[in-house]
Amino acid sequence: MLEVTDLVKVYPTGTRALNGVSLTVDEPKVIAIIGPSGAGKSTLIRCINRLVEPTSGKILLDGVDIASLGRRELRKFRRRLGMIFQEYNLVERLTVMENVLSGRLGYVSFWQAYRRRYPPDDIRMAFQLLDRVGLSGYENTRADALSGGQRQRVGIARALMQQPDLLLVDEPTASLDPKTSRQIMRLLVELAHERGTPALVNIHDVGLAQSFTDRVVGLADGRIVFDGPVDRVTAQVLTDIYGEEDWSTTIREVEDEEEEREEAGVSRSKPPAREKKDEVTLGVAEGE
Amino acid sequence: MTVEEHARRYPEVWRRFSPRETLTRYVWYVSIVFVAVWSVSNLDISWFYFLDAHLQLADLAIRMWPPDVAFTALLLAPLVETIHIATLGTAVTVVIAFPIAFLAARNTTFNAATWFIGRFILVASRSVNTVVWGLLFVAIFGPGPVAGIWAIAFRSIGFMGKLVAEAIEEIDRGAVEAIEATGASRLQVLWIGILPQVLPVIYGTTVYRWDINIRESTVLGFVGAGGIGILLYSSINQFQWREVAVILVAVFGVVVVSELISATVRQRIT
Amino acid sequence: MSDIVASTGADRSRWRPPSMIENPVYRGGLAVLAIAYVVWSLAALDIDWQRVGSGFPRAMDMFVRMVPPDFNRWELLIRGVLESVQMALAASFFGMILAVPIGLCAAVNLVPKPVYLVARFIVVLSRTFHEIIIAILFVKIFGFGPLAGVLTLIVASTSFISKMLAEDIENMPPGQLEAIRATGASFPKLLVYCISPQALPRYLGVSIYRLDANIRHSTVVGIVGAGGIGQVLAASFSRYDYDFSLAILLTIISLVFLGEFFSNWVRSRLR
Repeated sequence: MLEVTDLVKVYPTGTRALNGVSLTVDEPKVIAIIGPSGAGKSTLIRCINRLVEPTSGKILLDGVDIASLGRRELRKFRRRLGMIFQEYNLVERLTVMENVLSGRLGYVSFWQAYRRRYPPDDIRMAFQLLDRVGLSGYENTRADALSGGQRQRVGIARALMQQPDLLLVDEPTASLDPKTSRQIMRLLVELAHERGTPALVNIHDVGLAQSFTDRVVGLADGRIVFDGPVDRVTAQVLTDIYGEEDWSTTIREVEDEEEEREEAGVSRSKPPAREKKDEVTLGVAEGE
Repeated sequence: MTVEEHARRYPEVWRRFSPRETLTRYVWYVSIVFVAVWSVSNLDISWFYFLDAHLQLADLAIRMWPPDVAFTALLLAPLVETIHIATLGTAVTVVIAFPIAFLAARNTTFNAATWFIGRFILVASRSVNTVVWGLLFVAIFGPGPVAGIWAIAFRSIGFMGKLVAEAIEEIDRGAVEAIEATGASRLQVLWIGILPQVLPVIYGTTVYRWDINIRESTVLGFVGAGGIGILLYSSINQFQWREVAVILVAVFGVVVVSELISATVRQRIT
Repeated sequence: MSDIVASTGADRSRWRPPSMIENPVYRGGLAVLAIAYVVWSLAALDIDWQRVGSGFPRAMDMFVRMVPPDFNRWELLIRGVLESVQMALAASFFGMILAVPIGLCAAVNLVPKPVYLVARFIVVLSRTFHEIIIAILFVKIFGFGPLAGVLTLIVASTSFISKMLAEDIENMPPGQLEAIRATGASFPKLLVYCISPQALPRYLGVSIYRLDANIRHSTVVGIVGAGGIGQVLAASFSRYDYDFSLAILLTIISLVFLGEFFSNWVRSRLR
């Protein structure tokens, strides 16, 4: 699916944000990218859909090199990459529905976008997604009237409207409180699993990464220093990524996490989408 | 879930605006266009002027080239005069606008009548353009910079007075009450409780108005109230376009520099 | 440090409020400079003190001739006012339209650098020159009459609205633009989907404000022959028809007052 080879990004200021990153995503799993601030997590994600232009290297998605696409092809290609942001980045003065439908902007014509007349299929999909993220009934609310957690749900729905082949998620929980953070992460991971969409998630909360994701990539100084399944993340690995620190409490958190998951009735294995759905939606609604 | 329920829950139609809202919007569009068309068509505009406008413009540009560099020497004195008019006019403004602002602020005025008088002075001052004030003061003081200074001052009083009055209305009541509670006289309350709070606004608007006044004083000469405008007006009337070019460049320079100075000063005091 | 220690001493009975400018030399110097400037500038200005001295009786004389205002030629007055208002309306309309492309090009976060610099230069150039300078140039090109006035006001409105629009767009949080770009939207779609909803309310507000400013300015471009009530005013002044002048001035004041009231009302309703 995604194959990143020797990606380098040097900013005009001379900062070497990425220093030869190679990464392969070949199964629909949720991959956490962890690392200290300034390690290049955000740059890596933004290079993949070229919101940041990479300096050199290859980014192959299903065999096509994104790094060498022209402007027009790039726009077409961006439809296949859904992105979710730390600050939600909704268009504040538009309604929830308009924001969700903006995920289809790459597919509709200019006039359709201008008049907000989307094809019936898109609208049905938008309503379904709103329902799925727990926001049914909010379609005509303006985005600036929503809470942080609700905004991020809209952000997730917008990204999924693109029916992406890959989700790029940039610090989805960094602006949220701990409880909402967990709900958002759970929703994100479930959606990625039930749709079979791989997701690259930048996250600086190691605990959240360990409890929700399948694979962890550790980035330090623009290089990958760890890449493996989540249960191989040990104190030594974290020291390699972040530097010396007492990691015992961070690691233990994983155990608590498991218990809570059992209670909530959500198992880590991929749930069959249809049956689980209503139950999970309810859980979400309660939490909000 | 039945098919019907499913269809109701996930409809295929969604409209951003209701038909009524859409209609209102279009009524607005149409009426705006209508007003614009009505205005233009009633204005008695000779459209054939447009036919050779580009030629006229090109002709003007050719006649302005090359600028008469030798003329620069004659320019210096009127330019300095322009700056003097703006600066002195602004200084006079500060002295007059301040008491009027106190009259025009609801919380410092004496009674409804004084408030109304204060407001009326501010509105009248702002409604009459600097150049119109110039006409008036030229009739009073005769042509020359004195008329210009008063014209600048009378227009600026409304501007500064309004902003300062708004600042006075927004001051912290608590501090004023505390000063009143000490048994201070009205003047002392004004001096100690109110003035310090609005001082930054006074500084800021003074500097801001000064740079607007530089721009305004460049045209006062058109009505004989001094400054570079006299020279510009006579050069245009004598069709000395090469001189006009030099004057325009000079005016551009002075206005841009004063804007830069004003922006820097305002940044430093706030 | 030693100052603070000393200041805890018991015999401190003198205190002066700290001044804005700490250094007394600078403070004194500034005052001297200010006085010197006033003296110098008054001396440098070419002032006929005798003529100025006769100003007060002249003002009294003028006042006597102004009062009561003469509204007998109200038809002329109404025609002038109507022309001014029409000039203001037409100029605001075209200014609003022209300001969109120029404003977008003058926003540094939307367009390539060369486009930005050109647009900014246009805005700065047209803002720098006073309306009356622009008006007189238009009068030379298009002849006397309202056309020159309308064009002047269009130039002024366009530069003002586009400057405000550009600043507004530049202050938009970059994340929204980024998010819409990330969905694969083209530049026109970005415009209608992100920039226009975010910038529209303020753009409308600024345009309405400009309408009110145009009414004020339309009263003055007539002084150089560019139509409107200003032309009537200048004519009455040159004929020493002061009672009619006062009537015109009062009309202008109430017109401006109404315009301001209308613009405030509309802007308070825009959210």
